[in-house]
Amino acid sequence: MTEIPNIPERPDTRDSPQIGRDEWVATHERRTAGERRLLATYNRVPPIARLAILAVLTIPVPFLLNTGDLYTFGLFAVLYALLGLGLNVTVGFAGLLDLGYIAFYGFGAYLYAIIASPHYDWHVQGEIAIPIVVVASALVGLLLGLPSRRLLGDYLAIVTLFFGQAFVFFVGTTNPRGLTGGANGIPDVDPLNFFGLHIRSYRGYYWFALAVFFVVLAGLWSLLRSRTGRAWQALREDPLAAELMGMPVNRLKLLAFAFGAAIAGLAGCIYAASAGSVASGSFDVPLLITIYAIVILGGTGSLTGVLLGAVVITVSYEILRPETPGTARVLFYLAVLAAVVWRVRPWTRLAAVLGGAVVFGFVVHWVAGAVSDSATSGEAISGGRFTGAIEHWVVIPAHPGKVPEYAYVGLVLAVLVLTRLRGWWRTSALVPTLYLVAFVWENILVDQPSVTRLILFGALLIALMIVRPQGLLGTSRVEIV
Amino acid sequence: MALLELRNVSLQFGGLQVIQDLSLHVDEGEIVSVIGPNGAGKTTLFNLVTGVYGPDEGDIQLDGGSIAGLAPHVIARRGVARTFQTLRLFLNMTVKENVMAAAYPHTRSGVLRSIVRTPGMRREEREIEQLAEERLGFFGDRLMGYRWNQPAYSLSYANRRRLEIARATALKPRILLLDEPAAGMNPAETQEITELIGKLREEAGHTILVIEHDMHVVEGISDRVVALDHGEKIAEGSFDAVATNPRVVEAYLGLQATATK
Repeated sequence: MTEIPNIPERPDTRDSPQIGRDEWVATHERRTAGERRLLATYNRVPPIARLAILAVLTIPVPFLLNTGDLYTFGLFAVLYALLGLGLNVTVGFAGLLDLGYIAFYGFGAYLYAIIASPHYDWHVQGEIAIPIVVVASALVGLLLGLPSRRLLGDYLAIVTLFFGQAFVFFVGTTNPRGLTGGANGIPDVDPLNFFGLHIRSYRGYYWFALAVFFVVLAGLWSLLRSRTGRAWQALREDPLAAELMGMPVNRLKLLAFAFGAAIAGLAGCIYAASAGSVASGSFDVPLLITIYAIVILGGTGSLTGVLLGAVVITVSYEILRPETPGTARVLFYLAVLAAVVWRVRPWTRLAAVLGGAVVFGFVVHWVAGAVSDSATSGEAISGGRFTGAIEHWVVIPAHPGKVPEYAYVGLVLAVLVLTRLRGWWRTSALVPTLYLVAFVWENILVDQPSVTRLILFGALLIALMIVRPQGLLGTSRVEIV
Repeated sequence: MALLELRNVSLQFGGLQVIQDLSLHVDEGEIVSVIGPNGAGKTTLFNLVTGVYGPDEGDIQLDGGSIAGLAPHVIARRGVARTFQTLRLFLNMTVKENVMAAAYPHTRSGVLRSIVRTPGMRREEREIEQLAEERLGFFGDRLMGYRWNQPAYSLSYANRRRLEIARATALKPRILLLDEPAAGMNPAETQEITELIGKLREEAGHTILVIEHDMHVVEGISDRVVALDHGEKIAEGSFDAVATNPRVVEAYLGLQATATK
């Protein structure tokens, strides 16, 4: 028998790859990407300290926002974060795609409004009302979870979406025996009242919701590191294997639904009490999309990511308010600029694009002005420092008519064409496209913040999905190996 | 007395008779191999025992009690654990979590106790963590140390097979069903698996029913061999008896080969 010669050792420098060596392969993640190191440092922080840091970071949110009652927006950030936590249980951990989630929020809000308002003249105290709402929401969640025993993935999503829409229709339109107040909803909901202690201001609700959020966060953190949490994850990964490893899959699914619903119901309860009234419009699809955006943005399955996502979304909502078009404009141009700077290389080409866009703008403006006076005599929506400059660069017709709408369609086409071009063709096509972006923004989008928000969110999420598919704080998941 | 016993079990998928009048028993402490060509019904047999399918006819008994038609998680709780031919790990969970998750039936802590982390719940957590470490330790240092906290998807194929076995043993099963544990392994790893299966009985005291195509493995481990073809038992006995049985040779190699032998 011949002896197998020893494989010569490779020089053990840090950078040389040692293909096939377990230890080297195992350190792959540590070696790559600095962002991971950041995440690792973050992971080393003990959970309690992490909670404390999070609290410190969240509390000043209302002070950073610019108008109105500062606490209102902080309150919404926290309510959304709370909703995100609940959604994370059902979708992020148990992997059940629940599109009827907002109905539980609505259910909680309506139930509180019914039992604590002049509607039936029941004025249930907060310390009793909250447990009632939470338990009832959990039961409704259990009920909706029933189809999840048989339906998987997309089919479950459709059924739950139907439920969500049915809820909105039910409370808003059918109003059986005046139960839900119909289209007007239920007014004059009592403020939360604990043993005679009333919470009346948004400031109070902000602190209350924040406290509730951290209690729920701590509870979930703990639950997810228990047999139930592990079983939920196992269920998400492979339901059949989970079942064969002794986990009662159906019961766990129902539990996940009930848990998510209970948290949503709790959030709804706080919402109804703070807003003082409820109406079916508040619980429709746009809110569902917002909450999903929060969870995806923060990272599906990441508890702290939810809070980050909620803050990002609420703050951008606030920035895109119609009252402050100036801030929105700065943000918009910065985002476009960032995208161009990030994507266009080499630097000479980048300089050509940016310079080209500026020159192109002035030329178009001059030509349009020469052709017709009214083509450039419109006024930019003022509010920012750049209003004057914008008026000299972007063509803003006094009587735009349908032109901006056509420009919008043109912009979409231009972007599509852009994706098909390569090299200098692409660079030169980018210049008029950028100008078109500015034109469309100044002539329609800036007037319609609600549409703009959705478009910007869409773009934000697309960009995020490309750069970090797992979300800001999520861990990347592997579907098939 | 037989630990696992199938009595005249039949199963049909539509018009296809997958398992036909199959009787089989595994005694406490025994290692029984199931062999047969692809499509013979071996994995279906496992699916019947673990409750993925209920038998159309016949009865399946575990330690004297019928388990036919019970839900899979109930059967698992009664002490039947399995691995999968096509690996089914919880890929995005860590190695240790995979094993800890399978200890679910041995833990009691409910949701409320888990949320407040009562001392009892924390003790239970420590226990199953130790259990997981001990089960992973069964494979030498292959699944130890830094591997514990790596996601299962980062493991090599052979280590995934090992992790599946570790996960199944965390259920503390009365009987362990291994579905082609040596599939896709190289000769050295196959040898290791053969030794490991022996060790699973000698040291961990498991009763094992194993499906295997590699005849060296089957020869090395089996107390008894059962050959299936078209859902029927065509031979049973010692490895040598079954391997030379004309019906088995025919099932594997075709009638022609038998004739020329």
